[in-house]
Amino acid sequence: MFTILLGVLEEGLVYAIMALGVYITYKILDFPDLSVDSTFPMGAAITAVAILAGTSPALTLALSFLAGAAAGCVTGLIHVKLKVRDLLSGIIVMTALYSINLRIAGKANLPIFSQKTIFDNDVLNRLLPEALKPYAVLLVLALIVLLCKVLLDLYLKTKSGYLLRAAGDNEVLVTSLAKDKGMVKILGLAIANGFAALAGSIYCQQKGFFEISMGTGTIVIGLANVIIGTQLFKRFSFVKSTTAVILGSILYKLCVSLALALGEIHIGRVTITLPIVPSDLKLITSILFLIILIAGNQTAKKGKKNA
Amino acid sequence: MLELQQIGKYYNTGTINEMCLFEDFSLTIRDRQFVSVVGSNGSGKTSMLNIICGSIPLDSGKIIMNGRDITHLPEHRRQRSIGRVYQNPAMGTCPNMTILENMSLADNKGRPFSLLPGTSRQRIDAYRESLKTLGLGLEDKLDVKVGVLSGGQRQAMALLMSTMTPIEFLILDEHTAALDPKTAETIMVLTDKIVKEKKLTTIMVTHNLRYALEYGDRLLMMHQGQAVLDKEGKEKDAIAMDDILKKFNEISIECGN
Repeated sequence: MFTILLGVLEEGLVYAIMALGVYITYKILDFPDLSVDSTFPMGAAITAVAILAGTSPALTLALSFLAGAAAGCVTGLIHVKLKVRDLLSGIIVMTALYSINLRIAGKANLPIFSQKTIFDNDVLNRLLPEALKPYAVLLVLALIVLLCKVLLDLYLKTKSGYLLRAAGDNEVLVTSLAKDKGMVKILGLAIANGFAALAGSIYCQQKGFFEISMGTGTIVIGLANVIIGTQLFKRFSFVKSTTAVILGSILYKLCVSLALALGEIHIGRVTITLPIVPSDLKLITSILFLIILIAGNQTAKKGKKNA
Repeated sequence: MLELQQIGKYYNTGTINEMCLFEDFSLTIRDRQFVSVVGSNGSGKTSMLNIICGSIPLDSGKIIMNGRDITHLPEHRRQRSIGRVYQNPAMGTCPNMTILENMSLADNKGRPFSLLPGTSRQRIDAYRESLKTLGLGLEDKLDVKVGVLSGGQRQAMALLMSTMTPIEFLILDEHTAALDPKTAETIMVLTDKIVKEKKLTTIMVTHNLRYALEYGDRLLMMHQGQAVLDKEGKEKDAIAMDDILKKFNEISIECGN
């Protein structure tokens, strides 16, 4: 039980980093960006190759972020400069990156077991007391997530961050401020996909492999995390949106794990055995996302009635 | 000085619905002039503003601003010396950002949006002072999101924000049309005060003929892409409400409204 919870926390935190990116595109910019489905595995591919080539694990994080940001720029340029619709720009980059990810990794599956990672290296082994060793992954993850959250919070309070928020809130005002709204969107997409690739890099180091299809459904998970977090915690004004997104990520992962564990349901004396197998994960992911979306719509309606 | 030279603008070019809005339309607006523009729907008032601001492209002609040809300058580059207030009060502010954040954004127009803190602490008192001039009590609600304010309050903020940094031209696109009569009056008085204080060259499109007569030193009546009436200074002062209504009826009958 405890190991399952630990696993939920760990995976929730990894996806929380990606969800912070989706928060920028979906909530702030109102841009449904599908490129994260491929920038997430791109981070993993770069990390696997770099670590096998002997690069320091910490450096792979920066490399992945930069590569993701570059991919985000491409999505943005296609949308802004070539005037392709937002959804389609994301799909184009997502599809193109599938091949590029294969080129980066060289093959569809690249294990990095027994290599040094951010979770298992000399520095960490020396610093961490023996009692905390089982929680090394969790501690490192929590530290990275916290750092990402604080940096994003700080960024959103800068002049540039204000402009990013304005671009999602009221594009016309950005133009009135004599700024190119297209450039602001590109910047937002770059940061968002940077986060997605960073999450991919961390996922790869935690699981010990790159796999070409590991990104499938990333956007669904990201959106679910963002919506569940912001919907649940919007009543508590002291909870920042970024915190809400992180908490939402953990909660969502918990829901998925519970659903997967749900082999048998007892209703009174009747026991229903559900034939759930691990490969149903994506199905469960989608159904849960749908439920969250519908629940979100319901509360929105209720809010209007009350107001 | 702002010059529109032989402007041509067509809609739905190449289809059976092709419509010519402007053909060979020219207009010169001198520095510090306050032009009120009236006219029926579809007469080209708002299109003229959009052409000046660069929101819609031109088919022919030139736009000269202070001697510089800005015909092909993108919209956001022109806005540096232009402040614009829209009919919809939601267009001039960010609803999900606080009053303070909105003021800070407007204050930074023309300067780089860098990684420095979005709100400068030293400026807060200045924002408070300028909000106080609105007389709406907004200076005590700096941390309130603009989205919860009323249309009139938002429009007052939009006006304040668009004229906060040094600009030369103020474009008012029916900016009192969505407000109740009392609030519209307040906004109009405020507009006049700001225009005089900041010595702005102003173009105001309005459907309110009284405002058009009362404010500004030049009156323009648009009809089918032409200025059918253009009076300034003493000539404008001499126009009575009845004259302008009569003229308005003439052009309306022509259109069959």
